[in-house]
Amino acid sequence: MRKGQYRFVTGFLLVPVALYVIFVIWPYLQTFGYSLTDWKGQSQTFRFVGLDNYRKLFQDDVFLEAIWHNILFLVFIPVITILLALFFAFMLNAGGRGRAGGVQGVAGAKFYKILYFFPQVLSLAILAVLFNAVYRSDGGGLLNGLLIKLGLVDADNPVEWLNEPNMVLWALLLVVVWHGVGFYLVLFSAAMQSIPRDIYEAALIDGASRNQSFFRITLPLLWDSVQTAWVYLGIVAMDMFVLVSSMTQNMGAYGGGPDHHSDVMSTVMMRNFLYYGKSGYACAMGVVMLLLTLVLSVVTLRATRRERIEF
Amino acid sequence: MSAPIKETAPAPAGRTVAKVPVRPGDRRSEGVVLNVFSHGFLALWALLIVLPLLWLVLSAFKTDAQIGGSALGWPDNWTVDVFRRAWDKGIGDYFLNTVIVLVFSVPLTMLFGSMAAYVLARYRFWGNRLLYYFFVAGAMFPVFLALVPLFFMVKRLDMLNTYQGLILVYIAYSMPFTVFFMHAFFRTLPTAVFEAAILDGASHTRTFFRVMLPMAKPGLISVGIFNTLGQWNQFILPTVLMQPQSGDDPERYVLTQGLIQLQQQQGYASDLPVLFAGVTIAMIPMLVVYLSFQRQVQAGLTSATLK
Repeated sequence: MRKGQYRFVTGFLLVPVALYVIFVIWPYLQTFGYSLTDWKGQSQTFRFVGLDNYRKLFQDDVFLEAIWHNILFLVFIPVITILLALFFAFMLNAGGRGRAGGVQGVAGAKFYKILYFFPQVLSLAILAVLFNAVYRSDGGGLLNGLLIKLGLVDADNPVEWLNEPNMVLWALLLVVVWHGVGFYLVLFSAAMQSIPRDIYEAALIDGASRNQSFFRITLPLLWDSVQTAWVYLGIVAMDMFVLVSSMTQNMGAYGGGPDHHSDVMSTVMMRNFLYYGKSGYACAMGVVMLLLTLVLSVVTLRATRRERIEF
Repeated sequence: MSAPIKETAPAPAGRTVAKVPVRPGDRRSEGVVLNVFSHGFLALWALLIVLPLLWLVLSAFKTDAQIGGSALGWPDNWTVDVFRRAWDKGIGDYFLNTVIVLVFSVPLTMLFGSMAAYVLARYRFWGNRLLYYFFVAGAMFPVFLALVPLFFMVKRLDMLNTYQGLILVYIAYSMPFTVFFMHAFFRTLPTAVFEAAILDGASHTRTFFRVMLPMAKPGLISVGIFNTLGQWNQFILPTVLMQPQSGDDPERYVLTQGLIQLQQQQGYASDLPVLFAGVTIAMIPMLVVYLSFQRQVQAGLTSATLK
C-alpha cells in the first residue's frame, strides 16, 4: 500500500461514477417514485397517488394489448431466430465432410459468415426505411412486386403488409429475424468451434449421421450460448420501439396501428410520456417493463437449465 | 410467412461428396441430399440479405414514378444528383451532428470506462466488488425505465437538444459494458510490468496512461468498435433528448432520427429517391467500418453478448 493510492483510486473513479449515477442510476430510482404520482411533467407540482397508476394500467386496454403483442414477440422472435441461426451455424461449421473423413464447414463458410452478419451493423432506423419500402402496399414494394410477378398476388389488389391487423406483427417479426440471424449464427459458430474436433470424429467413426451428431453432440454443448441468445432476443422483443414507431400507422404518435394492432409497451409508454404528457403514468409503464424483463430472464434461465457439460 | 423468392441458387453438390473416403456403412446418398439442401438454403439466405439492400440502393437512381410503378424495373436515372439533394435536404446535417457527438462520446467513454475498470480490476479497497456490480448491473435494466426522469434531469441541467447533453448521456449508458469488458481485460495483464513501472518511480496515473493503457490496446479496439456502433445506431436516447425545445431552436437530430424524420417528410413530399439516397449515404460508413474490421466487429459484439 503506497501513500497516495487512495487519492488515486478516488480520482479515477470520481468522474465515471458521477456520470453513471446522475444519468443512469438516479433516473432508474426516480422512476419508481414518479410512478406513484400524477405528475404531468410540465411543472414540479404533483400529487402522490399511491398505486393508482398501476391500477389504471391494468384497465388500460391499449397497454394490455401491447403486453400481449410483446409476449407474442417474446415467443416467436427467439424461436425462429435461434432455429435459423443454429441451422446455418451447423451447416457452416460441420455441414461439409472433408477429405480425411473429418467434419468441416461447407465451402464458402467464411464468406457467408461475413455477409450474414452485415445487417447487424445497420441501425434499426435504416432497417425501418428499407422494410417500409419492401412492404409497400402497391406494386412498387419489393415483396408485392415479386409476388405479382410470380402471379401469386393480384396486381390490382396487393397485400397491405403493414396495414392488415393480422399481418403487421409478423411483418415486423420478419425484420427482426432478418436483422438478427447473422449475429446469432456467429455467436453459435464461435461456441461450435470451441468444441473439440475429435468428439465429432469419434462419433463419425461410430457411424453417427449428421443429424445425430447435431442433436447428440453440438446442441448439448452449445446450450449455454442458446440460453444467452434467448435472453438477449427476449430483451429485443420487449423493446421493438424503433420498428413499431416508424413502420406502422400512427396512433397519435409513435406508431402502433392499424388500430393498436401493433402497439407494444415501449410505444405506448413513449406516447403517454412525450405526446400526452402523462409522466407519472409512463413511469409506471417503465416499472412494469422492468418487472416483466426480470421475470423473463429468471424464467428463461430456469426453464432452460441443464446440467453443464464440461469438455 | 414464407420467403418470396422461389429460385434456389445453384448448389455445387457433387464436389464435397466425392472426397468422402469409401468406408463400409458410409451414407453417401445422405451426403448428396444434405449438400444440395444446405448449399441451397445458405445461398437463399445470402440472397435474402443482399437483394433488399441492393434494391434499395438501386431505387435511389429511379424517378418517383418508377418507384411507384413496378418494384422490379431497372433504374435509368443514373445521376449522383440525388445524393447531393439528399445531403442538402438534411442528411449532411444529421451526419455532422452524429459525428460531432461521437467524436467526443466514444473517446471519453473509452477513457472513463477504462479508468473505472482499471481501478476496480487492480486495486483493493473497501467496496470494490460492490462498485463493480453497481456498474455492471446497469446493463440489465431496460433503458425505458429511466427515460422520463432522464429527460427532466437533462432539462434541469439545461442540456436538452445540446451536443454536450447527449455526449454525457451516451458515455453514462455505455459505462456498464465498457467497465465490464475492460475489467476482464485489465485483470489479465501481467503484474510484473506494473511493479517495474512503480519501482522506476512512475506514479499510479503515469503507469496507467503510459504502461497499462497501451498494453490494453486490443481490448480497447474491441470495445471501441462496439461503442461506436452502439452510439452511432442509438435511437431512443436522441429521440427523447434531441428535440428542438422552441421554435427558433436549431434542429440537432442525429442520423438515425434524421432518417426517420426524412422518411416522414418524403412520404408527403413524394421525393422517395432522396430518402433512399439518404439511407445509402448512412449505410456506407457502416459498410466500410464493418468490412475493414469485420473480425473485431464480430468478436466484439459476440463477447458483448456472452458476458
